Amino acid sequence: MKARYATEFTLYPYAAVERREVVRHPVVIVGAGPVGLTLALDLGLRGTPALVLDDHEGPGSGSKAICFAQRTLDICDRLGARGIADMGVTWKVGRVFHRDDEVFAFDLQPQPGARNPAFVNLQQPKFEKALMDRIRAAQAEGAPIEVRGANGVVAQEARGDHVRLTVDTPDGPYDLEADWLVACDGARSPTRERMGLDFEGRVFEDNFLIADVRMTADFPSERWFWFEPPFEGSGASALLHKQPDDVWRIDFQLGWDIDRAAELREDRVRARVDEMLGHRLGAVPDYDLVWTSIYTFQCRRMRTFRHRRVLFAGDSAHQVSPFGARGANSGVQDADALGWRLDLVARGAAPEALIDHYAAEREQAADENILNSSRATDFMTPKSGAARRYRDAVLHLARDHAFARPLINSGRLSVPCRYAGTPGLGPDALDGPPGTAPGAPCPDVALEGGSLLDRLDGWVLLALGTAAEDVVSAGVAARAVPLPAGALRDHYLGGAPCAVYLIRPDQHVVARWPGFDPEAVARAIAGAIGRC
Amino acid sequence: MLITAPNIPDPDGFYDELLRAHAGLSDAESAALDARLVLILANHVGDRDVVRQALAASRVGGGRTTG
Repeated sequence: MKARYATEFTLYPYAAVERREVVRHPVVIVGAGPVGLTLALDLGLRGTPALVLDDHEGPGSGSKAICFAQRTLDICDRLGARGIADMGVTWKVGRVFHRDDEVFAFDLQPQPGARNPAFVNLQQPKFEKALMDRIRAAQAEGAPIEVRGANGVVAQEARGDHVRLTVDTPDGPYDLEADWLVACDGARSPTRERMGLDFEGRVFEDNFLIADVRMTADFPSERWFWFEPPFEGSGASALLHKQPDDVWRIDFQLGWDIDRAAELREDRVRARVDEMLGHRLGAVPDYDLVWTSIYTFQCRRMRTFRHRRVLFAGDSAHQVSPFGARGANSGVQDADALGWRLDLVARGAAPEALIDHYAAEREQAADENILNSSRATDFMTPKSGAARRYRDAVLHLARDHAFARPLINSGRLSVPCRYAGTPGLGPDALDGPPGTAPGAPCPDVALEGGSLLDRLDGWVLLALGTAAEDVVSAGVAARAVPLPAGALRDHYLGGAPCAVYLIRPDQHVVARWPGFDPEAVARAIAGAIGRC
Repeated sequence: MLITAPNIPDPDGFYDELLRAHAGLSDAESAALDARLVLILANHVGDRDVVRQALAASRVGGGRTTG
C-alpha cells in the first residue's frame, strides 16, 4: 500500500483480519481522523458496532487543526473523552494589528458557568490520540468499536441496501459489506472521488504558508493577527498562535502567483520567520522548524451529504478557510449530529429518513460556516479597490472608534449552528430566550455538583419550575430532569415562569413548552426521529 | 424610511464643508476619506433598512448595474 502522507506516530497498527467470508457491518467509517473517531465512539457507546478503516496507521504529520472550540470539548466530554481541554493551551485574548499598530483586542470569555473554555489550542494528532485512548477504554468495557489501520478502501459498489467494499491491506485485499458507509476521509476524500462527486462553491486564489516553530519565547498565549504586516516578505496578512510544547503556529498569506517549491525551501521559510520574530522580539531567538506547508483553500460543500447508503461528514463534505477554526470543529459536530441518528436507524428503531435530517442540519451548518469563512476571507483579501478602501477605512477607524471594531474580520471563531427550519424540530411554544429555541445547542450552566450538560444524557425532558414525567414515544424514552429555575433562568426561561424542554442526545433543543403536555412531547419525539 | 426630501440646513454651507474636508488630498486619500465617512454615517444611522435604501438610491445612474 502506498502512503498518501507521513504519519506523526503509530496509533492503530495493522493487524491481520480473518477473511474467510465477506462480513456485513452495520456501519463502516472510512478515516480515523477527528470526525471518524468521534462518530465511532458515539455509535459504539450506544451499542451499535462501528468499524473504522484507515489507510494509514496513525494521524498525519503536522499540526493541521490546532483550535478546538468549546462545543467540540463539550461533545468530547459527553463521550467521556475528558481532559482534552487540559492538554491544550487555553487562550481567550486575540489582538489585531494593522502594519505597526495594534488596532483592536478581543476577549473570548465563555459564558459564565461553562465547564470548558472558548477555545484550546492543541495539535490535531494529540486530539486524535485522546479520542483513540477513549475508544480503547470503551472497547475494554465492551463497546463494539474496531479501528483497522493500514486498511485502505480501494473499491466500492452501491448495492441498494448496502455498499460492497474492497479493502487493501499489507496481506492483500479483502471484501466486506456495509449497511451504511460514512466517509470521514478528509478534504481529498478518496470515497468522494471514487463516486465522481464534487463540490459547489468558491475557490480562493491565495496561498498560505504555515510554519510551526518550536522556541521558548516570551509571547503570551494569545492569537495575534496582522493585516499588512510590517515585517519583510510576510505577505498580506500573518497569524501567530501558541500550541502546547512551546510550538507556535505562524501563518503567512503569500498571494496567488508563487513558486511553491521555492517558498517551501527552509532558507525562504526561515527568512520570513526571522523577520516576524525579530520584529516582535528585537532579536531572532533560536527556534526549530517543526512543520511547514503551503495550502490553498476553498469555501464550498457537496450539494448533499447523503448519497443513499453513503454519508459524508467533515472535510470530505465541506471545506472552509482555516480562519475561524471551522474545519475540524464543524466536522466533530457532524459526527455529533449523525451518531444518535445512525444508531437508531442501524438498530431499526427509526426510519431511514432520519438520516436525511442529519444531512439537512449539517448542510445548513456548512452554509453558515462557508458564509462566515467567505466573509472573513473577503475582508482579509480585498478583491477590488473599493473593498480594499473599506477594509483599510475600518482598520483606520477602529483605533479610535469602538463602532468599527466589530467590522474587523480576521475570522469569526467557530460556534455551533442553531438549526432553524430543518426537519425534526418541534414547536417553540414558550416565549423564551432565542438562544435556546428549537434547534439550538443547549448552553452550559454551572449547577451545584456539576454542569447542566452533564445532566443531559440521552433524551431529556428538562422541567424548570414545573413538574414533568418520563415520556416513551416510538420506542424512545425521554427522562424527566426537573431542576430549579435558579441559575437556568437567563438562558432557559427569560421572562417565562416555567418551561419544559425536550432535548436530544446531541444536546440540541427539539421543542419547548410553557408546561408539561405528555402528548405534545410524544409527538415531538416521534418527529425528531423521523416517525411523522 | 430614507429621507430624500431636503433635510440639511444651509445646504451651501454643508457642501462647502464637504469639499473642504477633501482639500489638498490626492484622489486616493479622498477616496479613503469618503470610505471612512460612509462608515461613520452608516453607523450613526444604524438602521439597516435605511442604509439599504441609501445604497440602492446611490447606485441609480452610477454606471453598470448588476441587476
